[in-house]
Amino acid sequence: MKYLEAIGKYFIMIWEVFKKPTKWPIMRSLILKEIDDLIFGSMGIIIFISFFIGGVVTIQTALNLNNPFLPKSLIGFATRQSVILEFAPTFTSIIMAGKVGSYITSSIGTMRVTEQIDALEVMGVNSLNYLVFPKIIATMIYPFAVAVSMFVGVLGGWVAAVFGGYAPSGEFIKGLQMDFDAFHITYAFIKSIVFAFIIATVPSFYGYYMKGGALEVGKASTTSFVWTSVVIIICNYVLTQMLLG
Amino acid sequence: MIEVENVHKSFGEHHVLKGVSTVFDKGKTNLIIGQSGSGKTVFLKCLLGLFEPDEGQICYDGQYYSELSIAERRNLRQEMGMVFQGSALFDSMTVEGNVMFPLDMFTNQSRSEMQDRVNFVLKRVNLIDAHKKFPAEISGGMQKRVAIARAIVMNPKYLFCDEPNSGLDPKTAILIDNLIHEITQEYNITTVINTHDMNSVMEIGEKIIFLKNGYKEWEGTNKEIFKTDNQAVTDFVYSSELFKKVRQMYIEERN
Repeated sequence: MKYLEAIGKYFIMIWEVFKKPTKWPIMRSLILKEIDDLIFGSMGIIIFISFFIGGVVTIQTALNLNNPFLPKSLIGFATRQSVILEFAPTFTSIIMAGKVGSYITSSIGTMRVTEQIDALEVMGVNSLNYLVFPKIIATMIYPFAVAVSMFVGVLGGWVAAVFGGYAPSGEFIKGLQMDFDAFHITYAFIKSIVFAFIIATVPSFYGYYMKGGALEVGKASTTSFVWTSVVIIICNYVLTQMLLG
Repeated sequence: MIEVENVHKSFGEHHVLKGVSTVFDKGKTNLIIGQSGSGKTVFLKCLLGLFEPDEGQICYDGQYYSELSIAERRNLRQEMGMVFQGSALFDSMTVEGNVMFPLDMFTNQSRSEMQDRVNFVLKRVNLIDAHKKFPAEISGGMQKRVAIARAIVMNPKYLFCDEPNSGLDPKTAILIDNLIHEITQEYNITTVINTHDMNSVMEIGEKIIFLKNGYKEWEGTNKEIFKTDNQAVTDFVYSSELFKKVRQMYIEERN
């Protein structure tokens, strides 16, 4: 019953976010600030993780393809498929749920605790629109981060394959180009848009409706990370079944 | 003027306000006093429209809040200024940004007009050199003054303050009290202050409402509070030895 109530409250919050918009000049500056904080501020960790994950996927694939009849190009093929279909959109989103999600929950939660949200409401500002809408719009460019993650992941795989001596460069690149289906990129971007919406709204929900003091802000951040990850994983399954199944 | 008619408010089984009725006059400093848990904050939040009363009406200069549409309520809120207990300044904005925020949000004034207005209200609250500082860089007393400046920058008809001098030293507390009182008279605002501070009661309480267990136990002026025989009021207001002596001196002088 508690979960049903929370789900209902979440959808009411989403409805409220789009009502009574804030003046465009103010909203524009809020959106640009959020893009900087949420997306560009996360590029470093996304690039770092993607590079090494790409490398690890390549090494593990190479170590499992020890049959001399299997071409080395399969290493590049497997790396491309793993990075594009799963690691770039889903793995990166889980990392973002931790980094960006906890930032969103704690910043909005602190505003709740220090009565800054009450101050916005008393002034007649739609606080949900003011606080959450810019985050939703900013995270809509998250597919750009996923595209960078795909490129860097594949690059990490190539570096691991070539410099680790698992496959020659030509064979790896041949594998990257083998049986390429452009819809897989579309699938990854559709997933990343849905995940971006989840990363912006679920942590906002936990921050906005939190009660208590500083300790509860910390607890809300942890809870929001857990539930954002759960929702991402469930949506990943549903979207994969719908789009590829 | 704010008229409150038989306001009730409950949270689950907990009945917090039990039929409070009163009138807050324009141009006067109205105080709500009472022990912790007496319903003061809930009452103030009902006046602000943050809580909807379960029963009863609140009327702002002829406008019944419950009869207003959502848009009309938001418009009414733009006529309210609020000074929160912890100041509730926006951490990410400078002092100037905080004070300019309502103007930026709700008016179409040019940058220079807004800047002039901000300079005027900051000067009015005696803050001249803090424009570019962030809330974390200024003292508690200065934060309260910024909160007052932000509350009055839109020329509100109603000013609400939740324990405006809590956590301040006695001298700064008196300065803040006097500032609110002066602004109330200067701009003819209906001011409602929620307080525990007996100095405020004695100094600026033109009308005082005493709440006890969700009921309005007593109301009167700061002059009348000396004379009242209401045991609950005297137990609360004169709980310290200092105020007992002050009251004794007043009674002896009167006799």
